[in-house]
Amino acid sequence: MNSEAIDQQTLLKNEKDPLTHTPVHLLSLEGVGKHYGNIVALRDVTMAVDNGRVTCVLGDNGAGKSTLIKIIAGLHQHDEGTLNIMGEERKFNSPRDALDAGIATVYQDLAVVPLMPIWRNFFLGSELTSGFGPFKSMDVQKMKDITKKELAEMGIDLRDVEQPIGQLSGGERQCVAIARAVYFGAKVLILDEPTAALGVKQSGVVLRYILQARDRGLGVIFITHNPHHAFPVGDRFLLLKRGKSIGYYDKKDISLDELTAQMAGGAELAELAHELEQLGGHSDVIKEVQAEVADVAYSAETPGNSSPRHV
Amino acid sequence: MTQVAVQLKPVDERIARQNPFQKLLGRPEVGALVGAIVLFIFFASVSQTFIQPASFATVLYGSSTIGIMAVGVSLLMIGGEFDLSTGVAVISSALTASMFSWYFSMNVWVGVVLALLVSLGIGFINGWILMKTKLPSFIVTLATFLMLTGLNLGLTRMIGGGVSSPSISNMDGYKSAQAVFSSSVTIGGVAVNNTVFIWIALVALASWVLLRTKVGNWIFAVGGDANAARAVGVPVKATKIGLFMAVGFCGWVLGMHNLFAFDAVQSGEGVGNEFLYIIAAVIGGCLLTGGYGSAVGGAIGAFIFGMANKGIVYAQWNPDWFKFFLGLMLLLATIVNLIVKRRAELK
Repeated sequence: MNSEAIDQQTLLKNEKDPLTHTPVHLLSLEGVGKHYGNIVALRDVTMAVDNGRVTCVLGDNGAGKSTLIKIIAGLHQHDEGTLNIMGEERKFNSPRDALDAGIATVYQDLAVVPLMPIWRNFFLGSELTSGFGPFKSMDVQKMKDITKKELAEMGIDLRDVEQPIGQLSGGERQCVAIARAVYFGAKVLILDEPTAALGVKQSGVVLRYILQARDRGLGVIFITHNPHHAFPVGDRFLLLKRGKSIGYYDKKDISLDELTAQMAGGAELAELAHELEQLGGHSDVIKEVQAEVADVAYSAETPGNSSPRHV
Repeated sequence: MTQVAVQLKPVDERIARQNPFQKLLGRPEVGALVGAIVLFIFFASVSQTFIQPASFATVLYGSSTIGIMAVGVSLLMIGGEFDLSTGVAVISSALTASMFSWYFSMNVWVGVVLALLVSLGIGFINGWILMKTKLPSFIVTLATFLMLTGLNLGLTRMIGGGVSSPSISNMDGYKSAQAVFSSSVTIGGVAVNNTVFIWIALVALASWVLLRTKVGNWIFAVGGDANAARAVGVPVKATKIGLFMAVGFCGWVLGMHNLFAFDAVQSGEGVGNEFLYIIAAVIGGCLLTGGYGSAVGGAIGAFIFGMANKGIVYAQWNPDWFKFFLGLMLLLATIVNLIVKRRAELK
């Protein structure tokens, strides 16, 4: 990551507050909101994504993370605020619109068809064809070769591109989905909880692919509820709670502990420790939670250099 | 499968060399193929007439009348939907062609073209309502089935005054239309009906579309996981509506054959045939849940149907037993499919 540091620094210098939108961002949201009937799912969210940067969106279940990505991916339309691509205001009517604008999404449920071979999944919706008019057919051999090659470049060594994608492990499927987005020239890559269902080792593999995608110059939006996964790879962090932004930080302005504290909320952790104690839970677990409570309390008392840019 | 690996890397030690037999077992239609061979040997051993070329041509003809529809129905099932209106839609198409030409005393071909539009229209309406309402296709096409049954009977009586359409055999264009939809070609002294060639051509076309075009990729995808397909930019609605229209097209071909094989159509016919087409597709290895199957499988399913149907006659058994055998075969074929698929996935 050291070799990357200079580049990241210059990018940071050029970056201004997205509200003033002086520099043009690859993708930016300003005061975006969405409601389903009278239920407000999201309100007043502002964030930016730039080339070669990872913007993490953190939040607990029901915080509005899914709604946010559905808006960016074109599955839903926002009701308030603006969504800008390269400084131009856009509203997507379908996932196809978003794809055409260079926004590719890797969904939690992966958007792969389990019974179809890997190469068919890789090219689904963007098949290579040869021939003219009604005799246009797929270039099967080329598609298989490209799939094999692209996955090898991402460091995924697949046995056989003809096997159904449902036979791959969760981590492998994530990687195929990421490789697919990278190959099809995505400028913005949205990853919806890619590490949620994975073990420690598999998560590490996926995080490495996120960095690879970033180093290829993509703007990455990484959605997760795990600050330990977000912090090492993220450049910017947007924290959501109950459909609202509760903080937007640069990496230089926040530490992992502060991020965890912001996300969990000290009071809630204390309550959990208390509950566990009453239930007569294992003493080690309680100690651990209590230690965390102490940590949270400490970082809350000493805000240090953590300065949310807009809350 | 192994070929790709071989080209890029000399040997990938993790792939145990799959022998061609195992590779074959992974295909969706293999269960049906085994069933067809067993059934063929069985009927060949109990009946001398069954293996004579003329009888075989008759079996092929019987298979083609199911098989033409099974092509469309198989594609639709791979695309994750059902169509219960196919049986009566075939008759609707035939009635449209004959009644229109007869009532306006026009060239038969005008009626034939109009019937094509009506058939495609029925498919479109089925698909469009399905996509708009998001109801299960079982319900939507059941409603279409009932409405078409009523329309067939009602309109035929209203316009023609009877339960069957009036004869059109002496009208302009009848001879040429009959030559296309219901004539036979003599091969080696055996008359083979045109429908057999139409059937084979449709199966070949459907297989090519399914395996070698992007539309085929979309069909597998919308049947396997419609949401995933939509998320990567596959036009799910257009694909599904298109599939219903393809079924409509197959129904038109068969309807025209029914019309020109005789010169009139019974308006109450067709009820129940929709199940035969679905059975052929299922025997052929199409999954009821969509996303898996083949056009060739549907064809083999139709062939099994044809063999059982005519084989019972050639074996000089009471044809009353036919439905029982059909049911038994459906059960056995689906069980074989299931076992074969599981074994293939394990290896």
